[in-house]
Amino acid sequence: MARDRTLPAIGVILALGLVAAAFVPTWTVSFATLALAKGIVIIGLVLLMRAALVPFGQALFYGAGAYATALAVRVGGVSDAILLVLVSLVACGVLAWLLGFIMSRYREIFFAMLSLSFSMILYGVLVKNADLGGTDGFTVATPTFLGTKVDIPTARRLLLGLAIVLTAGAAALVHIYLRSPLGALCEAIRDNEIRVEYLGTSVRRAIHVKFTIAGALAGVGGAIAAMSVGHVSPEMTYWTTSGELVFTAILSGTGSVLAPIIGSFVFESVQTLAFQYAPRFWQMLIGIVLLGIILFLPGGIWSLVKRRAGAKP
Amino acid sequence: MQLAATILLDGFVYAAWLFIVAVGLTLVFGVMKILNVAHGQFYSIGAYATASLVGVWFAKGFAPAASYLVMLAAAALVGLVVGFVLERAVLRLIYGRDEVVGALATYAVFLILEDAVRLSWGTDAYLAPQPRELMGISEMFELTVANYDVFLILVAIVVGVGFWYGLNRTRVGRLLLAVIHDREMAAAFGVNVNRMFTITFIIGGMLGALGGAMTAPVISVSPGIGVEVIVLAFAVVVIGGMGSVVGALIGALIVGVARAMAVHLAPNLELFVIYAVMTAVLAFRPHGLFARAEARKI
Repeated sequence: MARDRTLPAIGVILALGLVAAAFVPTWTVSFATLALAKGIVIIGLVLLMRAALVPFGQALFYGAGAYATALAVRVGGVSDAILLVLVSLVACGVLAWLLGFIMSRYREIFFAMLSLSFSMILYGVLVKNADLGGTDGFTVATPTFLGTKVDIPTARRLLLGLAIVLTAGAAALVHIYLRSPLGALCEAIRDNEIRVEYLGTSVRRAIHVKFTIAGALAGVGGAIAAMSVGHVSPEMTYWTTSGELVFTAILSGTGSVLAPIIGSFVFESVQTLAFQYAPRFWQMLIGIVLLGIILFLPGGIWSLVKRRAGAKP
Repeated sequence: MQLAATILLDGFVYAAWLFIVAVGLTLVFGVMKILNVAHGQFYSIGAYATASLVGVWFAKGFAPAASYLVMLAAAALVGLVVGFVLERAVLRLIYGRDEVVGALATYAVFLILEDAVRLSWGTDAYLAPQPRELMGISEMFELTVANYDVFLILVAIVVGVGFWYGLNRTRVGRLLLAVIHDREMAAAFGVNVNRMFTITFIIGGMLGALGGAMTAPVISVSPGIGVEVIVLAFAVVVIGGMGSVVGALIGALIVGVARAMAVHLAPNLELFVIYAVMTAVLAFRPHGLFARAEARKI
């Protein structure tokens, strides 16, 4: 068996990313931050999808994380970026933990549907809430870093740095978790749940843990997105956002925690290009790619990376 | 009293519309075990086709009364063509894979069709209010009722009865029941399961398109209508139990009346109520109100 080089790879990505964050041209900063924000959400999704659980409502936590940050800024007066990420992490972690008691009883299409209905409840609440700006949402002030107020371009760069650190951290932790006995159960649960029960573990508890981690990570992604875009809206919790997240996860492949990072960058790049040159074909393009991957490349982009790596001696 | 009557009437009209859309979705799931996300596009294509055909019909000055037949024909044609193409070109490739794969593949089709609709009909709204206006209004229980709304309820009843008759009293329907009950056993007894799938998907598509066709005179047909409809249809189908026709009826009534209550009593809760009901039902009856229990497999 080949040696696992994932953790060193994450270290390299972290170092290179931080160096790059200081020098990349300004126009790429927001783009990269948003890609990483989605990447963190997808890392959480990978955890669930490995156990064959596909949540059609992960935007619930993405949106809740964004609103938690936005509200902490507006109502709570919190302005420190790291603190805001923590607020969203804890808020969404607790929310996911609570919902996990119900969600962990469901599988397959029912899991997907219940997840969808939870996210639509939040959407329904946000859309009709005039205090939170209704369908328009509201703006989020530029955060401060470690108590220091910086100008907007610097703040954007620092935010990118934070996003890189968080992505690397999330990838490393999830990777370690997946290699632990409880994490390794993912594939076993996918293959045959009842046999896993006979092995003496609780499938429900394993899924509950995964769901909580995935929710907390989605919250972190939402927090970064809210700070990066400077605006939150109910659209972030709508089912189409969830669909996009699931699409990116499938595009990436669930073979490794590195896959979501690649996948979310590919997704954001293609989206930016498509909006520029062929805005009327954007959804059609996603649809065709999704169909192509389902039919011809079930392992996603990651299986291409792996094939190439495997070809080397 | 009048408020209660209004709520019930609104609820039933909304439920009738939901039932027409959702019953096609539940049929496809029951027979093919595919949660057809693209069903929302049958709806929107049906609505667009109806709006443009009815528009032409009245512009040319043809017999107004026959416009209802135009609506029916539009729905049938959309279901037949789009349903047949999708089933042969896409669904054929994913039979036998996980249920979630079916949902994802049809989600992909949904996205493709979303842009295809936009490219074919543009982004302008289409209006075709004539069939609704033609029917006029009447007074009923001290309420002013658009006759078209009553007509919608009648159409839903016809669809429901037609379904019951088609499934229980016709040859194809009984074969379908056999496939629903046990696909492999039905195939072993010589049922052409693939042909049943094609027929099912076309009928499902026709019903989705019929839902769109019936709505076209009521709303302004514009991009994105399929996006909203599909989650509502999911809610209905999930509440009733996926694959159950009676379930779709009960689900539509529950969602319809719940929404009407919210609209008249607490407008801010409109969307919330629908999905709260869906969540509550799922939490207590994971497989919906009218689903068959499944044996666990080791």
